[in-house]
Amino acid sequence: MQQLSGVNDLVVRFANVNGTGSASANFLFAKAIVRMGIPVTPKNIFPSNIQGLPTWYEVRVSEKGYLGRRDGIDVLVCVNPQSMARDVASVRPGGYFLYDNTKKLPDELIREDIHYLGIPMMELAMHTYRDPRQRQLFKNIIYVGALSLLLDMEFSVLEEMIADQFKKKEKLIPLNIQALELGRTYVREHYAYPLPIRLERRDLVGDRIVIDGNTACGLGALYAGATVAAWYPITPSTSVAQAFEHYAQKLRIDPETGKKKYAVIQAEDELAAIGMVIGAAWNGARAFTATSGPGVSLMNEFIGLAYFAEIPVVLINVQRAGPSTGMPTRTQQADILSTAYASHGDTKHVLLLPSTPQECFSMTADAFDLADRLQTPIMVMTDLDLGMNDHLSDPLVWDDERRYDRGKVLSAEDLDRVEKFGRYLDVDGDGIPYRTIPGTHPTKGSFFTRGTSRDEYARYTEDGAAYVRNVDRLSKKWDTAKGLVPPAIFYQDGKQNETGMLFFGTTTYAALEAMDQLAEEGLQIDAMRLRAFPFGPEVADFLASHQQVFVVEQNRDAQLRSLLINELEIDPRKLIPVLNYDGMPITAARIRGHLVEELTHVAVSNR
Amino acid sequence: MSYLRPSFRHPLLPKNELGFTRADYEGAISTLCAGCGHDSISGAIVQACFEMALEPHRVAKLSGIGCSSKTPTYYLSHSHGFNTVHGRMPSVATGAYLANRELIYLGVSGDGDTASIGMGQFVHAIRRNLNIVYIVMNNGCYGLTKGQHSATADAGSKTKDGGLNPFEAIDLVGLALELGATFVGRSFSGDKTQLVPLIQAAMTHPGFAFIDVLSPCVTFNNKPDSTKSYDYVRAHIEATATIDFVPEKKEILVDYAEGDAREVKLHDGSMIHLRKLAPNWDPRSRTSAMNRLHDAKSRGEILTGLLYIDQDSQDLHELEQTVARPLNSLQEADLCPGSGVLAGINAKFR
Repeated sequence: MQQLSGVNDLVVRFANVNGTGSASANFLFAKAIVRMGIPVTPKNIFPSNIQGLPTWYEVRVSEKGYLGRRDGIDVLVCVNPQSMARDVASVRPGGYFLYDNTKKLPDELIREDIHYLGIPMMELAMHTYRDPRQRQLFKNIIYVGALSLLLDMEFSVLEEMIADQFKKKEKLIPLNIQALELGRTYVREHYAYPLPIRLERRDLVGDRIVIDGNTACGLGALYAGATVAAWYPITPSTSVAQAFEHYAQKLRIDPETGKKKYAVIQAEDELAAIGMVIGAAWNGARAFTATSGPGVSLMNEFIGLAYFAEIPVVLINVQRAGPSTGMPTRTQQADILSTAYASHGDTKHVLLLPSTPQECFSMTADAFDLADRLQTPIMVMTDLDLGMNDHLSDPLVWDDERRYDRGKVLSAEDLDRVEKFGRYLDVDGDGIPYRTIPGTHPTKGSFFTRGTSRDEYARYTEDGAAYVRNVDRLSKKWDTAKGLVPPAIFYQDGKQNETGMLFFGTTTYAALEAMDQLAEEGLQIDAMRLRAFPFGPEVADFLASHQQVFVVEQNRDAQLRSLLINELEIDPRKLIPVLNYDGMPITAARIRGHLVEELTHVAVSNR
Repeated sequence: MSYLRPSFRHPLLPKNELGFTRADYEGAISTLCAGCGHDSISGAIVQACFEMALEPHRVAKLSGIGCSSKTPTYYLSHSHGFNTVHGRMPSVATGAYLANRELIYLGVSGDGDTASIGMGQFVHAIRRNLNIVYIVMNNGCYGLTKGQHSATADAGSKTKDGGLNPFEAIDLVGLALELGATFVGRSFSGDKTQLVPLIQAAMTHPGFAFIDVLSPCVTFNNKPDSTKSYDYVRAHIEATATIDFVPEKKEILVDYAEGDAREVKLHDGSMIHLRKLAPNWDPRSRTSAMNRLHDAKSRGEILTGLLYIDQDSQDLHELEQTVARPLNSLQEADLCPGSGVLAGINAKFR
């Protein structure tokens, strides 16, 4: 049998039944490894269901600090008979299958090339706990205990975490410790430990935090001064609004009156959610919504209104696999085109493309400044992987010197000085007009906001020339946006190689890992990470200066590649798509494999 | 093109407490058909605001899409206006109201805009008790697209080109009462005596103040058999009461026969005096309003007036428990917890 060995480089997958309390046990396992100073990346693979269906939790441990998903399961912890056959098959040769042997494993599930570690979790739980719910919950803690010994985890770290977690329910601390011990004792008495693949304390985490992107987005909106959040429940975006509300309840209550300095409205649908955001922003409040692809589809009409009537909107799109209901609990980056060009008529929207929770925080906050500055919808494009999974991320940062940029808003004093206010007049030549907030001045600055064509003074008109002046000004504003959005990031100084790779968002982890692997094999390529649409000049330069550029993204139709070709008039042959769209986060192996194949093919055909 | 009115004002025009003339509450010249009921409603809105001496810039007017939704350009030119998208004005108004609770929100819609495409948003604005005056200019047809039936069209009615409507009409007043609206009235565009005080009372009501105004479409639906024609409404109108709106500062006593008069105190201390015309009806009882409405309907009558008012109405901001200051006036110091708090949040994720 193949023997696996190594320290701090493994993938552990837990196969659970959803609704059985496994999530907190699995998180305990992952977080304990982080507390041992070792980088981990957990992925939750869950069904669109509340109770009873298979769910998996995958923890990749990487001494090198790689945070993308990796194929090849080293240890599978199976507590779900439903998925057992599939789970047995998923273990890599030489790997370990840890299961509940209260019941005998059927013969057909015995593979010759993997190790079996049976632990009578149910029997131990039944024997020790009386309450049926506790039996189920502690079964999960028992396998964490077993793993801790098998993988050589520090028990004191687990103890400390349990003590933290149940600070307010102290009675539960000894019960949890007991469950851990049950697992450990069983391993001690029945198996050789630790396994040849194991963990060892390091100091590789630094000040990083473990947080999901949706929480970071919610916090970003809070820090940016959002006062109105309107949303409609949809996976995977729901927890953005919930995080905003959670922190607002703690941090935005007026101490004297106990009243809220914010409003969160769960709307009747996504149409109403974006309508409320538009109304609030029109009236001078910072407002946002969070949704996913189907929600953006519903919001299309309103997005066009906000674009044309020039109203600041912040929309967080936590993408999932479409089309239609698609795979609602699986990840993709498949709303690039539908969001960039959302709504009818000539429309284009600013997209921000965060790739870490830290960027979810900072870009959500920046989105409010950009929306106010540009008076247009700003879309923060995250995805299910970034939004709902925990990530090891640099800490969230806020500069106390920072002031909100509310853009070109005229006060009553400003209006007194203005000769004649024209809501859609391009005074500064940047395509961005001045706006007024209702109720500002008794006699000056009122205007009529509409989605129909109007002149510079907001007067309704169907005059073609006035219409063209207006939409051309919107194009000018778009050019202004290019200088305001976050620029692309480069991973080399200047141009080093003829071949480049371009990626964005959650593809980043796997792309960087693939680059490392290729470099080890002697294949050097240049890389650029996009952070926004519209594309700045640095993006065009990178594409122009490289002979071929791999565009890595997580959708079927290479949507970002289409956007680059369309907006920058790039020769399509130059942009080679590297795609992943099975709903699972992309892996370095996939990117590397595709690149090697292409590059070898090119080398051969050039001969 | 909206035509602007000449800015010349006769020096002897009557002025209100703020020194404004009625003309200061007007807007561009209407481009609706001559004789359109909607223009009379616009006139009533101007009159109501002038008499109440509202500061025009403290009013925000919002509408959806359709003939009725065009009207906000025809009044209150010193107010900000927002012509939103079809059927979705309630959500935009909800957001606007959340941002600034201190303005008066005037929402104008039509039967197409509210009873069909906008039904969902109308219902939920009522549910949230959004603080808005919500006027439906109800003519039973889609005027702007040339006279198709709306959801309030009478069953059996025909369009101008002969299309028959086989479906029952939706009664928005009945629906609003059923849904728990806290102020429900119905009026007729041709009855300013009733409509003006009704609008005034609605403007002082802290919550969703719904007024269904029958407003004949002279071009497409003013046929004698239409229940939304001038002739039919005039022949079948039955008022629950005559209405006098009495602002807080101008309390006057009206000499009503005992038992015939109802005084309804409004939120800000102003009063509505209702001289009762309909028997078995109390404007403070939802049940009585609903019964009376069914009763009138079965007799082919159109019941008008202030049908129901909840004097204990709690609006959206009260229900949401937001601060008294408008949310759009809060600054960094109120809103941003700062880097110290963030360091603490980071620590919780380690």
